[in-house]
Amino acid sequence: MEKTLSSPIHTSKSHPRLSSHSRIFLFPILIIGVILFFLLELGIGAVHIPISGVVSALLGLEGVDSTWIKIINELRLPRTIAATIGGAALGTAGLQLQTLFKNPLAGPWALGLTAGAQLGVAIVVTSAVVVGSSFLENFEILGNLSIVAGAMLGCVLVLLLIVAISRKVSTITLLIFGLMLGYLAQGLISVILHFTNESQAKIFSGWNDGSFAGVYWEHFPILLPLTIIGLIIGWLMAKPLNALLLGENYARSLGISVRNTRMITLGSAVLLAAPVTAYCGPILFLGMIMPHLARGIFNTSDHKILLPAVMLLGSLIALAADLVVHLPWERHFLHLNAVNALIGAPVVMWVILKNKRMRGFEL
Amino acid sequence: MESILQIIDLSIGYRQRKNIKVVAKEINVDLNKGELVCLLGPNGAGKSTLMRTISGGQKPLAGQVLLGDQVIHNLSAKQLAKKLSLVLTERVHAGMLTAYEVVALGRYPHTNWTGKLSSQDHQLIQWSIEMAGATDLAEGVLSELSDGERQKIMVARALAQEPELMILDEVTAFLDLPRRVEIMQLLRKLAHSAGKAILLSTHDMDLALRSADRIWLLPKGGKLHVGAPEDLVLNGSFEQAFKSEGVSFNKFSGAFQMQQASEKAAHLIGEGESAAWTRRALEREGFTIQDSADLTIEILIEQGQPRWRVSEGAWFQEFETIYQLISGIREGLSELPQN
Repeated sequence: MEKTLSSPIHTSKSHPRLSSHSRIFLFPILIIGVILFFLLELGIGAVHIPISGVVSALLGLEGVDSTWIKIINELRLPRTIAATIGGAALGTAGLQLQTLFKNPLAGPWALGLTAGAQLGVAIVVTSAVVVGSSFLENFEILGNLSIVAGAMLGCVLVLLLIVAISRKVSTITLLIFGLMLGYLAQGLISVILHFTNESQAKIFSGWNDGSFAGVYWEHFPILLPLTIIGLIIGWLMAKPLNALLLGENYARSLGISVRNTRMITLGSAVLLAAPVTAYCGPILFLGMIMPHLARGIFNTSDHKILLPAVMLLGSLIALAADLVVHLPWERHFLHLNAVNALIGAPVVMWVILKNKRMRGFEL
Repeated sequence: MESILQIIDLSIGYRQRKNIKVVAKEINVDLNKGELVCLLGPNGAGKSTLMRTISGGQKPLAGQVLLGDQVIHNLSAKQLAKKLSLVLTERVHAGMLTAYEVVALGRYPHTNWTGKLSSQDHQLIQWSIEMAGATDLAEGVLSELSDGERQKIMVARALAQEPELMILDEVTAFLDLPRRVEIMQLLRKLAHSAGKAILLSTHDMDLALRSADRIWLLPKGGKLHVGAPEDLVLNGSFEQAFKSEGVSFNKFSGAFQMQQASEKAAHLIGEGESAAWTRRALEREGFTIQDSADLTIEILIEQGQPRWRVSEGAWFQEFETIYQLISGIREGLSELPQN
C-alpha cells in the first residue's frame, strides 16, 4: 500500500499568519491620531485654547480659565464627541453595506439611507404640527425618541427598496439610484417644510446640511446607546461577513444563514446611520470612502481588521474634517460637507477608475 | 467499502403550486469513501437538480439522501457544513483576501464566533493547501490568481472544511485542457489518498471516462445508470444517453464522432502512435478502416520519421505529413475513376 495521507501531515512548522499582509501595527498610530484630533478639536476655534488647557479642563484640574471650561463643555465637547462616534458609525455602516451589496460604491449616503432618515425625521416633525400637539417641544426625550424612530423607519424603507433592486441592476446604476433617492427626499422635505412652522423646523437642525455642531448633551442618551449597540453588532458579524466575501452560495455551504446575516447586519447599519443623520443631518462621503481607506492602509479584506479600522479611521477623518470647518477662518464659514467632498470625491473617482481589479470587486 | 452517501428511492424535481415536475425518479445509488464519482448527462437531464438535492439545497419529491446515517435534509446548515463541502462553477471575488485566508474560511464551521484559528486549524489549512498542490499560491491574493489556480484554492478550501463528502459542480467549466486534467488528477488524489468521497458533475466526458472510479449517468427522462466508465461504454448506456442525430458514440475511442455516410474504406498498414493518429485523420475524412479495402495506406518508418505510401491498384504516391496525405487522397480520389 502506498502511504496514506488521511491525516494531516505537516512538513513545515511555521505557517503564514492568517493576515500575513495586513498591517496590524498601524492600529496604535490610528488611536493616537484620534486622540490627538479629539484634543485639537477642543482647542482650536474662534477662541484658541492650548492643548494643556484642554487636557486640564477635561481632567477637571484647578486653575483653568472658566470661559475655557464653558466653551469646551457647552460648545466643543458635544460636537467633538458627535464627530467621533458619527465618523465611526458612518464608516462601519459603509463597510457593512459594501460587503453585503458587493458594491464598492455603497455607503449610507450613496444608497439613499441618509435621505430616507432625513425624510423620516421631516415627516415626524411635521405630523407633530399637523396633530396640533407640541409634544416634540414639551417632552424632550419623547420628542428625541420619535425623531430617531422616524429616521430609522425612513432608513429601513429605503433599505428595503435598495435590497429589492440591488440584484437587478449594476453597481453604478445602484449608486445613481441611491443618489436620486437623495434628491427626491430633499424635494419632498422642501414640500413638507411648507406645512410646518419655524420653531418645529428648528428641532431638526440639518434639513439641508450636515454638521456635528447641532448635537447637544441632551441628544447623547439616545444617540450614544444606539450607535454603540450598532457598532457592537457590527463587530460581532465580522466572521460571517468574511465568509460572505466568497459569495452567498459558498457562504451557505459553510453553514451560514445568509438571510439572517443580511438582516442583522443591515439592522446594525440602520442603527448606525439613522440616529447620526437625525442629529447631524446628511453627512456625505464619509461612509463610502472609509472602507477604501481602511483596505488601502491595512491591505486586507478581513473584517476582523477592517471593522475596527473603519471605526478609528471614521472618527479620525470626521474629527479632521470638522476641525477644518472650525478653524478660525476670517472671511466666511466652511460647510462640513464641502470639506467631506474635497476628501471624498477624489477617492470615489479613484475607486471608479482603478477599482476594476485592485480590490477584487467587479464594477 | 464504507458507504458515505446513500440515495434511496429518490425522486427529484420541482413543486410549483399543485403541479409537480419530476425530473428524475427511482434513483438508488451510493457513494463510497475514497471514491471519485463523475455525474454525466446531457443538458436538461437534471444534473443540477440532482446535485442541489444531494447537497441539501433542494428538498426531494420523494425518497431520502443519507449522509452517514443521517438524512441530509434534516441536518441544520451548520451540521451539514461539517460533513459536506462544495466547490462551485462561479468565479469568486474575495476582495483582497489571500489564498491562505480563503482556504482558512473552510474552517468556518469548526471555529467559534470569533473565527479564531488554533494551531491545529493552521496545520490543517497548510495540509489542505499542500494536498491541492497550491503551496506556491498561498500567499497570493485570490482575485489575482488565474481561473485554474483559483479553483485549486477553492478545492483546498473545501478540503480544509474536513468533509466526508465533497461535491463539485462543473468546476472545470472555465478551465483550459491542461488545467482540467490537473484538477481531475488532484481530485483522484484526494479521493484515494485522503479518503474523501467526491462527487463531480461535469460536461467533460472524455476526462470523466479517464479519471472517474465510477460514473453516474443521467439520461433525459430515464433512470440513472451507474458503473465503471468502461462498463457503461460496453453496455451501450453512453450511446443511449447522448443519442442524437448526426453524432455517434465510438466504443473503441470512447468519444463521440460525427456520423458520416461512410462508403469510403481504406486498409491501414502500420503500428504505434503514427498509425493511431493516421487512423484518426482517416476517420475524420469519413473512411472506415478495413483490411479488405482497395485503397491501402502504409506507414513507412525511416530513421524514426514516418512517411505515408498510398496505393490503389497500380496507382501510388508518397507523402511526408498527414496533412499532405489527406489532401493527396482527396485529390487522388477525385481523379481516380469512381466505381
